[in-house]
Amino acid sequence: MKYVDEFRDPAKARALIGEINVQVARIETCKSRPLAIMEVCGGHTHAIFKYGIEQMLPDAVELVHGPGCPVCVLPMGRVDDCVALAETPGVIFTTFGDAMRVPGSKKSLMQAKADGADIRMVYSPLDALAIARSNPDKEVIFFGLGFETTMPSTALTILQAEAEGIRNFSLFCNHITIIPTMEAICSSPDLKLDGFLGPGHVSMVIGEAPYRFIAERYKRPLVISGFEPLDVLHSIAMVLKQIAEGRAEIENQYSRIVPKNGNEQAQAAISRVFELREFFEWRGLGSIDHSGVRIRDAYAHYDAERKFAVPALKIADPAACQCGDVLKGLLKPQDCKVFGRACTPETPLGALMVSSEGACAAYYQYGDLDREPVGEDA
Amino acid sequence: MSEALDKRTSPAPRPRGKLNVPKVTLAHGGGGKAMRDLVDDVFVRAFDNPLLATLEDQARFRLADLSAQGDRLAMTTDSYVVDPLFFPGGDIGKLAVCGTVNDLAVGGAVPLYLSCSVIIEEGIEVETLRRIARSMAEAAAEANVMIVTGDTKVVHHGQCDKIFINTSGVGVIREGIDLGAGNARPGDIVLVNGVLGDHGATILKSRGDLALDAAIESDCAPLGDLISTLLAAAPGTRFIRDATRGGVASVLNEIAIASDAGIEIDETATPIREEVKGVCEILGLDPMYLANEGKIVCIVPEDQSANALAALRAHPYGREACAIGRVTGQRRGRVVMNTVLGGKRIVDMLVGEQLPRIC
Repeated sequence: MKYVDEFRDPAKARALIGEINVQVARIETCKSRPLAIMEVCGGHTHAIFKYGIEQMLPDAVELVHGPGCPVCVLPMGRVDDCVALAETPGVIFTTFGDAMRVPGSKKSLMQAKADGADIRMVYSPLDALAIARSNPDKEVIFFGLGFETTMPSTALTILQAEAEGIRNFSLFCNHITIIPTMEAICSSPDLKLDGFLGPGHVSMVIGEAPYRFIAERYKRPLVISGFEPLDVLHSIAMVLKQIAEGRAEIENQYSRIVPKNGNEQAQAAISRVFELREFFEWRGLGSIDHSGVRIRDAYAHYDAERKFAVPALKIADPAACQCGDVLKGLLKPQDCKVFGRACTPETPLGALMVSSEGACAAYYQYGDLDREPVGEDA
Repeated sequence: MSEALDKRTSPAPRPRGKLNVPKVTLAHGGGGKAMRDLVDDVFVRAFDNPLLATLEDQARFRLADLSAQGDRLAMTTDSYVVDPLFFPGGDIGKLAVCGTVNDLAVGGAVPLYLSCSVIIEEGIEVETLRRIARSMAEAAAEANVMIVTGDTKVVHHGQCDKIFINTSGVGVIREGIDLGAGNARPGDIVLVNGVLGDHGATILKSRGDLALDAAIESDCAPLGDLISTLLAAAPGTRFIRDATRGGVASVLNEIAIASDAGIEIDETATPIREEVKGVCEILGLDPMYLANEGKIVCIVPEDQSANALAALRAHPYGREACAIGRVTGQRRGRVVMNTVLGGKRIVDMLVGEQLPRIC
């Protein structure tokens, strides 16, 4: 494919692996333990598994799959709220496809749909607004989900609804922001990470500046990375080069997409419609201050949480699940007690097993080549 | 159909019923004249053949004719519920014939006879039914099969989505042919008869909610003749399966498990159209799991693979055939892909439906 195949060139990949090996040889720490680099974003996790990048890396480099999959970190109570909203009479509930299978405490949206709720998969919040326009006798709720990547399109949809005077549309806002969560990971006393691959699409909106604390306060290098396999390898080499040279800086490998200051128009749309919540609950990580956004009072009539009765119960994650430790990089997916046994893509217990960007689903689907097949007969 | 037809005891030909209304109503499912008109005017007219024309409650075959063609009967059934009914490269009628013909052919059977059972939602345009019936007749003619019996039901609005079609098929397996998913042996070669994922990508595109514009057509085609050609050129062929729902990845996994062997495929050798790659890239789907309706996966012994490939490529439905991998003795029960980058990854069974990623 034009403009994509260039970023999947095997000869260039081999050259980058060569560069990674050169850097590893310069780093003293690698002689005693592998370096742990966290790719924050689920899109990177997906690319790493899809192209088999892990097995191409030397043993001295270990990738840790971070919390950047918005579907994966959605707490069970919020899924229950979705189901309750979707089952409200007269409601058409619209959602991105990969939220359909996330387990709630009683059922997923997929199961609620089978039970008769009118739940429709959309590819953009504007599709949801179009459904509202053509169903004036129904209340259409859009399940807003994702980091700064998807926030601008949701914000612009609200502004569009306001401009058109559409009143049968609302947003169940579950947008979250990655920076406070990266801060929570960095400040954790058991931090075992040597560097980060920064999320490319989020950075396209927010720019480079918000990551500075990682370099300045926590002395860890971060390289904002693109999503093609050569991007990922190049970014790993850049992180290692920083470590080898004793630097900790914010660098931008994805400069063809990510401007230094991000997208200021998108930031303006976000701040016009949204404000920070005091705290937001993350699955596996618990409550993190200022890590979610809600709709500002000026647009309260588009806020499904204010328009409808939402149970808003806090549901504890299943006790056996170790999603939190996997998200923090303390545990490899396959070392979780329930991985591949009670928790599989067919019957996920933890959300990391649900989305194709979740570390556990990726491991299960593409993962360890020599793992014994897990199934009924294993 | 047969319920209307079986009441007829007189051998004398009767005048065929004629439909004079634009839309199907519940009256057309009532068993009376309206139903007979629908059956006659739409289906019997399109499918016209001597076995159907007797209009008995069942089609009848001479056993001697069947046993002259082989030593085993093959029987299969499938239901078709595709949305939209018409899409680039085909429609539900063509699909209902080709799908069942292919299910027979991949077992090494010569497809001969089909049944056609339709469940119709009240309110459908009669012209839509005619188009579907004509399309079935054309596909049956190309596949050299006869539609010999059938049934119609009309249900209330909302009880089905416009039209559902079930076809069952009967074919005869020639002596000496014994294909099976458990037959693959290390060293065997994995062939496909052309580009993958066209049907799945076309249907996604045709649903219209993606505003995607790509020049893709369904690959829907009857493959009986292609498979006969293949089996003549490579009589040692171990196994053939049409890669429909779940795509090539699912078929390969079934083979790996049934044969207790590993399968290794090369991403660079896997033929996928640029447009299909583009659709998958945008939606976050994997073309290895997309449905095909005119593509088969064949496992052939290495020493016959060149002949097999040449035979496939000489056929109109196999021009872009190629070898995509091999059966191995390693990682038994698993399918492993050598990625374009030089890495390896597992190609697992799909869980449920492929859901698009959000970002």
